[in-house]
Amino acid sequence: MSQYYDSKDLPRFAEMGTDSPELWEKFNAWYEACFRAGALSEREKALIGLGVAHAVQCPYCIEAYSQACLEKGSDPEQMTEAVHVAAAIRGGASLVHGMQMRNHVHRLSM
Amino acid sequence: MTSLLQRSHPLGKAATQRQQIEGTALRLRFDDALARSGLRPLVATGIETLQINVGKLCNQTCRHCHVDAGPDRRESMPSAVVDACLRALESGGIPKLDITGGAPELHPQFRDIVQRARALGRQVIDRCNLTVLLLPKYDDLPEFLAAHRVQIIASLPAINARQTDAQRGGGVHEGSLVGLRRLNAVGYGRDPELLLHLVTNPVGAFLPANQSALAADWKRELKQRHDIDFNDLYTITNMPISRFLEYLLQSGNYDSYMERLVNAYNPQAAASVMCRTMLSVGWDGTLYDCDFNQMLELTLEAAAPRTIFDFTPERLARRRIVVGNHCFGCTAGAGSSCGGATI
Repeated sequence: MSQYYDSKDLPRFAEMGTDSPELWEKFNAWYEACFRAGALSEREKALIGLGVAHAVQCPYCIEAYSQACLEKGSDPEQMTEAVHVAAAIRGGASLVHGMQMRNHVHRLSM
Repeated sequence: MTSLLQRSHPLGKAATQRQQIEGTALRLRFDDALARSGLRPLVATGIETLQINVGKLCNQTCRHCHVDAGPDRRESMPSAVVDACLRALESGGIPKLDITGGAPELHPQFRDIVQRARALGRQVIDRCNLTVLLLPKYDDLPEFLAAHRVQIIASLPAINARQTDAQRGGGVHEGSLVGLRRLNAVGYGRDPELLLHLVTNPVGAFLPANQSALAADWKRELKQRHDIDFNDLYTITNMPISRFLEYLLQSGNYDSYMERLVNAYNPQAAASVMCRTMLSVGWDGTLYDCDFNQMLELTLEAAAPRTIFDFTPERLARRRIVVGNHCFGCTAGAGSSCGGATI
């Protein structure tokens, strides 16, 4: 394998249904329902998707949700803020674990 | 930036554009898509709008312009063609005159055309780029347009300057806001008789957002940030022709954009395409099914009249529409037309 990620694989995503069609259909139905407008608009949901895509660092999701955000009417400024929110949560998640460090240090220290 | 024609760019020729679009290997050709939807041949259902392209002169040189318009273009509708258009408007009983360009207001007979069409009792649409209102000789245009109850369809691709300027040129966003304030000041977007619609084309190789959802956001934001009012927002898909085609090819987005359009083909949108109820007239009087076919020099089917001088409604109202792969631009997603989404 010359590389782990290839953008040409993204449109082939549906091949994941080849050997397990029932699970693929269930995933698809749930996935589509998640992104339909509800209490949140489709635009807001796409922005959340973009933020999460960065948090989980999935290049496929980043490509898909960058396009989705633009096509749902978000602009680059709003999208950049969404990525900052994701980054802030990730950074904060690391930092808040410092409390565990402090607890351990407290337990072990005189 | 100058026009493709001025730069002697190969895409300045309609034939080169047609070769590019028709020579692209798509998984489905537009003609076949229509057949699958039971719409082949695509036939007109009447003429509700006469859209006249009065010329290619414009004070802007937008990167997505399907007309290849700009300050260096000189094509302008002669008065004999103007007269023939107005005769057709009257004799054909066509209710709506849609004036486009270029910047149509720069045509020497623009006001004359408006006055004569309004005297016939026709609804008149001006496709305005907003910055034309800031030119020294045109500062009384808002009052003129308001006095004649002209409906304005104004271009504004984004509510942020970076995107608007990226598409339409440096400083255009700020100028457009000034133009909008001037239109608001004479009642446009506020007086129910003075309709001001905005039109947005995506700033890049992607499809437009949901029209009604975007309109709600824009109304709120333009009001809050700039105290600007407008009536409706029209989302229009960029056509893979002329300068937008140049952008697609230069940026490496051409194949994926065409694929996106084909994958988003919507039979419902295909049934509602604007060409079925519109007749388009070029600056020289040649007839077309739409402004996009006009720029690709795809004239009407052979059985139909060639020019506005031969206008015969009975031979035009049920004509077969001439289509090509570029038509996927009007049938993607919620559809696209000069009046925005179609479904």
